[in-house]
Amino acid sequence: MNALPWTIYLSFAGAALALVAGTRSAAAARWAALITALAGFGATLFCAVGFSPTSNLQTIVDVPWIAELGIRYHLAADGISLTLLVLTGLAATAGVLFSWNIEERTGEFFALYLALIGGVYGVFLSADAFTLFVFYEIAIVPKYFLIANWGSTQRAYGAMKLVLYSFAGSTLVLAGLLWAYAAGGGKSFALADLAVAATHFSRSEQLGMFALVFLGFAVLAGMFPFHTWAPTGHVAAPTGASMLLAGVVMKLGAYGCLRVALPLFPIGFEFWQPTIAWLAVAGILYAGFVALVQDDFKFVIGYSSVSHMGFVLLGLAAGNAQAVGGAVLQMFSHGVIAGLLFAVVGRMVYARTHTRKLADLRTLPLHRTLPFAALTFVLAGLASMGMPGFSGFPAELTILVGTWKTSPLWAAFAAAGVLVAAAFTLRAIQVSFFGTTDKSVAQDPTPPVRYEPITLAERAGALLLIAATIHVGLKPDVLLDWIVPALQSPLMQATLKGGGP
Amino acid sequence: MSPNYSELIQALLPETALVFFAVLGLTLDLISGRNRTLEQRLWGAVSLGLIALIAAGYAACATDASGSVFGGVLVLDTLTRVTRLGVIGLSALTLGLLPGTARIRHPAEFVAIILFATAGFSVMAAAQQLLLAFVALELASLSLYVLAGFDKNRLESAEAALKYFLFGGMSAAFLLFGFSLIYGLTGSIELPEIARQLQTQPTNPLLVVALVMVLVAFGFKAAAAPFHLWAPDVYQGAPASSAALIASASKLAGFALFVRLLWGGLGEAAGRTPAWITVVIVMAGASLLLGNIAALAQSNLRRLLAYSAIGHAGAMLIGVIAAGRFGPGGITYYAFTYGLATVGVFGVIAVVERAGQCHTLDDLAGLHRRSPLLAGCLLVFVLSLAGIPPLAGFFGKFLVFSQALKLDSLAGAAGWLALLALAVSAVALYYYLLILKSALVRPPTPGATAKIEVPPAAALTLVIAALLIVMLGVLPSIFLRLWA
Repeated sequence: MNALPWTIYLSFAGAALALVAGTRSAAAARWAALITALAGFGATLFCAVGFSPTSNLQTIVDVPWIAELGIRYHLAADGISLTLLVLTGLAATAGVLFSWNIEERTGEFFALYLALIGGVYGVFLSADAFTLFVFYEIAIVPKYFLIANWGSTQRAYGAMKLVLYSFAGSTLVLAGLLWAYAAGGGKSFALADLAVAATHFSRSEQLGMFALVFLGFAVLAGMFPFHTWAPTGHVAAPTGASMLLAGVVMKLGAYGCLRVALPLFPIGFEFWQPTIAWLAVAGILYAGFVALVQDDFKFVIGYSSVSHMGFVLLGLAAGNAQAVGGAVLQMFSHGVIAGLLFAVVGRMVYARTHTRKLADLRTLPLHRTLPFAALTFVLAGLASMGMPGFSGFPAELTILVGTWKTSPLWAAFAAAGVLVAAAFTLRAIQVSFFGTTDKSVAQDPTPPVRYEPITLAERAGALLLIAATIHVGLKPDVLLDWIVPALQSPLMQATLKGGGP
Repeated sequence: MSPNYSELIQALLPETALVFFAVLGLTLDLISGRNRTLEQRLWGAVSLGLIALIAAGYAACATDASGSVFGGVLVLDTLTRVTRLGVIGLSALTLGLLPGTARIRHPAEFVAIILFATAGFSVMAAAQQLLLAFVALELASLSLYVLAGFDKNRLESAEAALKYFLFGGMSAAFLLFGFSLIYGLTGSIELPEIARQLQTQPTNPLLVVALVMVLVAFGFKAAAAPFHLWAPDVYQGAPASSAALIASASKLAGFALFVRLLWGGLGEAAGRTPAWITVVIVMAGASLLLGNIAALAQSNLRRLLAYSAIGHAGAMLIGVIAAGRFGPGGITYYAFTYGLATVGVFGVIAVVERAGQCHTLDDLAGLHRRSPLLAGCLLVFVLSLAGIPPLAGFFGKFLVFSQALKLDSLAGAAGWLALLALAVSAVALYYYLLILKSALVRPPTPGATAKIEVPPAAALTLVIAALLIVMLGVLPSIFLRLWA
């Protein structure tokens, strides 16, 4: 456990290193970034091996930071944090591998990339609301530059929209936290202390605070109708950043809802529960249908992310241990799968064919010219549809079963969302990779274009992510054994009802 | 009480040092300036100025917080010491930017006037008597008028000086009128005595008039809406280093003075909310909205900074309201760190101006290629202004807003003001990102692609300012501990 804070420090140090290395050569910056990402991933795995699940957060570092205001630098982890930390390490490593082709201002790219990662690690490790918020905001600004500088389609617009939504969300969070801190007498920002203070708040205060904090975090989790930044931003972002944004950064929002909003304000949660659930269901279905009619390959993936994050929010809204456990599993699962999907679309396909229009891709026999990309996408697509054997299946199943216990109606609508997901995924697979029949290729006199072969870095990144989704798909207990005890903590039990999955 | 002159000399050592070295610099330049190049004269003046500021800073540290001095004319407390050190530090940064960037014909005069202004700020921080406060304010203001108009080659500079002077003169008249009414009502010009008198009296309509007059002057000094009209023109027209001083040290000193004046002298009876609070609340709300929204429409970098300064003034006014219960720690932290970032941005502008013009956002385009150092420093300064952690600007906001919410949670207007300020900070991020987009994302415009050579003194100053912002942001306890 004690190695976990090093993920934060290593990432920031790696950011500085990549910046310096970038002034010498692009290759040096890439290797610096890869080594940093691997070191962080290694640290999370090392801690995961020696991890013994407990219900309470296990404190790693706890020192006074701003003693005058009762703010402590408090890092702690439980099974939920650990799951997401491993995901961050995984996504960061894969993201670096899929950013190997960044040639312009390479040092700065990886510096921003690693700074973002450092912030993300920090959020997942914080047990003090102030510390959490600081890391949360550190993760916002690099996104702007990553997209605006190295992005594609409408990058200036996409970057600005994404960052303003994120920042507006974080402003709501800050407002809610400050309100709770002030109403609690301004003694402490520790999550545990705030939760104690919150028991004395009036009902209207709890409702207001929960609304501010939850909405602020949920914007970043892509909650309908505040999700529009996600497809635009993720499409505009360079591949490595898309993988990270959809894979990990959206989880920051969901994690904030779970770690801060739910346990602190149980009364507020009870009031807002149906609203959140219906918005989540609306997001699942709406984003699914929108994904069905996109003509840009990357937008299909962008909207599918919103749809899948809807399941996370629904799991949280259901408010029993099973659904919430499923939501955490889905965070991991979606982080891996979204990374994989964006990698195929942005790096393997777009960087070679220079088109993302499904109409154009239809005419290319990609399953022949890029067989590895096709295979990866089919696997990722199956995982995304929730096929058994992949991580999406246990995650979405757990959420649906858990949700059924709270409200069968929500579960029924969400289950329809699974069908929609299957529809848009199959459509994307069919149109983009298997669009041309063998016959028409045979009739075509010109031989198919030869694309630059899939590089070793891409293969390694893709295999890493595929292995993760299959491993968790076959043995979801690996993660559930960490997650479930964490849901039994007194803080979580104030909000959650019902047993484990 | 017999006046104790040795005590007075002790208490005013920083100001004495500043004035002495300013006069010394002027004299030396007069005697030997003819034989030297402009560059040498500038370096001579700046080094003397820095020595003066270091001496003053040392003296300000050495004076112990002994309370009222010289029959209550001055007060030496933590607010005095912190503000003095703050204005001296900000003036030193302004001076450090001069070598290599200033295109002025009379460097010794320029530096001397900066020192006079600093002496004025420093007395403003310590004054506990209306007359002395007014004199200090005028010393500082008159120096700033001259500094604003110092670039005699540019018409805008003259315009800035004239506008600043006219508005400033008007507000000084208001202030003096307000002071005379207060004197008439209470029979005293010393703040503790005024406070005692007002506690015993019922609220007098004349007092309301006096308060409004004082607040008009305060609004002008703080560039708070609706008394902000001078700010965009002055920021735009004044030489970069003058604008830096006007936007940083002058603000800090102004807020220190008015916090002391409003809470120390006009705070009225304990338990009763002072009458002026409502006006300050209105000014704060108006500034937050007007500053941040008007800034969205600016394409001129300096005007954008001016409107953002108006927005920040709104946030600082919230700090003034909170200072009544929580002391002036929050507001001083905010004003000082805001000053650091502003001096930094103007420093970057001054260096960019060496290689061409720097009026619009487009003039910053491609800064990351033309000078990575400037681009990196600008990133720190602008993100601090935007309030992104772990930079000092974030903690300033956090501190002030948490104090405001602690006052009466959301039952009072201060809490709602804090929420409004948070909401507009999301708006503000948009225009701050526009600056950064120009500097860090866009390629250089065809006409201006040459590398910018950063003079070593300016580079050092900018790096120091950036490091201070990071350090105070990560470890705000360094600052907060001073108040304990």
